[in-house]
Amino acid sequence: MAARNAIEAEGLTKRYGALTALDGVTFGVARGELFGLIGPDGAGKTTLFRLLTTLINPDGGTASIAGCDIVRDYREIRKRVGYMPGRFSLYPDLSVAENLDFFAALFGVSAEASRDLIAPIYRQIEPFRTRRAGKLSGGMKQKLALCCALIHRPSVLLLDEPTTGVDAVSRSEFWDMLSELKSKGISMLVSTPYMDEARRCDRIALINEAKILGIDTPQGIVSRFDEPIYALSGRDMYGLLLAARRAEGVRECYPFGEAHHLIPDAGFDAAAFARFLAGQGFADAVIRPAEAGIEDVFIKLMHHEQ
Amino acid sequence: MRTLCVLLEKEFRQFLRNPFLPKMVVIFPLMIMFVIPWVTTMDVRHIGVSVVDNDLTTASRRLIQKIDASDYFTLGSVTKDFGSSLTQIEAGDADVIVEIPDGFERSIAAGAPEKVSITANGVNALKGSLGTQYMVQTVMQTLAELRGEEGLPAAADLVVVENRYNPTLEYRNYMIPALMIMLLIMICGFLPALNLVGEKEKGTIEQINVTPVSRLTFTLAKLIPYWIIGLVVLAFVMLIARAVYGLAPAGSVGAIYLAAVLFILTMSGLGVAIANRSETMQQAMFVMFFFVMIFVLMSGLMTPIESMPAWAQWITRFLPPCYFVEIMRSVYLKGSLIAELWTNYALLGVFAALFNTLTAVTYRKQA
Repeated sequence: MAARNAIEAEGLTKRYGALTALDGVTFGVARGELFGLIGPDGAGKTTLFRLLTTLINPDGGTASIAGCDIVRDYREIRKRVGYMPGRFSLYPDLSVAENLDFFAALFGVSAEASRDLIAPIYRQIEPFRTRRAGKLSGGMKQKLALCCALIHRPSVLLLDEPTTGVDAVSRSEFWDMLSELKSKGISMLVSTPYMDEARRCDRIALINEAKILGIDTPQGIVSRFDEPIYALSGRDMYGLLLAARRAEGVRECYPFGEAHHLIPDAGFDAAAFARFLAGQGFADAVIRPAEAGIEDVFIKLMHHEQ
Repeated sequence: MRTLCVLLEKEFRQFLRNPFLPKMVVIFPLMIMFVIPWVTTMDVRHIGVSVVDNDLTTASRRLIQKIDASDYFTLGSVTKDFGSSLTQIEAGDADVIVEIPDGFERSIAAGAPEKVSITANGVNALKGSLGTQYMVQTVMQTLAELRGEEGLPAAADLVVVENRYNPTLEYRNYMIPALMIMLLIMICGFLPALNLVGEKEKGTIEQINVTPVSRLTFTLAKLIPYWIIGLVVLAFVMLIARAVYGLAPAGSVGAIYLAAVLFILTMSGLGVAIANRSETMQQAMFVMFFFVMIFVLMSGLMTPIESMPAWAQWITRFLPPCYFVEIMRSVYLKGSLIAELWTNYALLGVFAALFNTLTAVTYRKQA
């Protein structure tokens, strides 16, 4: 059992009526690994979490956490897993300290016993010990929720979009905390819709429309993108997008933050293309080689899938 | 067990912190006990009367005086023709017209009285029929007196009416035990159910469900506080009934509490079953209102079951409050013993078992 992965999923499938929320999902999270689940809203991330936390049963496939089957050993799993749902789910009318003591008592431990584990996080919310949880700011709520999920020293931590709706600084702080927890040997599965957060994971799985598109390290995922890619920008961004999509020799062009990303066919000449655009009335258009990111891989894999 | 204590402590803490519920639990019973008994009266008083006096004699005036003196009637006007009295009914100023025929006084002396006609507005059926009855009694009584004064043998009273158990036929005494039942339905059936659905809506149940806490423990922790509150409130309203309306149970308090406990189990079982099946407060509220309506209107709380059509009476047999209503009224007013009402107790027990089994079945398997 010791050799087994912290999380193991094999062909996990869940249907809601005609809708298939998860379709044969297979992946493994090694012990002590920080594993990211990257995908847009509606990809099936939350369904996967609800399956792993034993809140729902799968329609097909199996999964185990710390060697316990999610259907058969659900009671055991609930003792070993820490779960932080996407929505703030602590009692808003109880204070910070009361919430912590309450969840500690439900697991039959005292809040003091886990103090060393949660201390770096709890220290930040301790000044608000007596404040009602409902009155905390978004970032504080996340920290409290993380403390409550850790109170019983779980070996596996499941975090469903922990940073959604939190400001950039708090998000970065939150990932620092996760790295620290990783150093204490806790295995983690974290989902996020933010591609930039994927870099902070050991490995990531790209998930879209109920299926996993690919699993690799963040670098591995990026290196899968073995084609040239250009960034295209100008004053009339929308006009540029339409013009580029119509142009010969352009396989794909999509908005990407401040510039458009353009993937050309073989034999593409950037200088010739700039002249072509100038002829179309986009004299200020700038085209330069760009570096592919996780998002580019995601879009590529997504189109490939279709 | 320890977990249950932790959960109970949390429930009481949340209950006391709620800006609304603790006040509600005090104000609601006070309102029910101090206001409702006065307004849900079926006693009809102040019936508007218009008299058409065609006789204009001492005897007719005597009858009019008698009507005027009665607490049941409010004498509106005395007119000379039926037409103008009828206008008053149409205008809503009178409910009943009494027409005293010409030659009324003479006919009494003759021993064969002329007929007094009574016309009532039947729109409010209760007021119309009771008004007519009271008026017949008043006219008969006056006739008897007048005949007595004339030296004629007064017609003996043919019927003697005595109301046992509620001697003055005080409608309040009939209603108060029923109102206590309404309170228990609300406090023990619906408050915990709404609380449960509230945890679903807030999403807090999600976090609880991934802890080793069993669903049964969690549900019990929701119910126990309201059971305690319900039983305390029951004692509280029984004291109010005693102090304010002088209504103390004729039977034993133990008999009332035994029935109350069985009833509370039934109602909270129903409430939790509804909560298990509801995703939102709105949904739960709506289903509960459906049951409250049926319970209040069909369980004999307001109107006697015996006067319902046969098919409706058949339905009432499946409504647990019916049995509790009967127990409460019998114990409160007649002083019945548990032994006499054992079928009601047994059936309440059956309902409690049934509803709680239903609740257990509607649990989601793991959650």
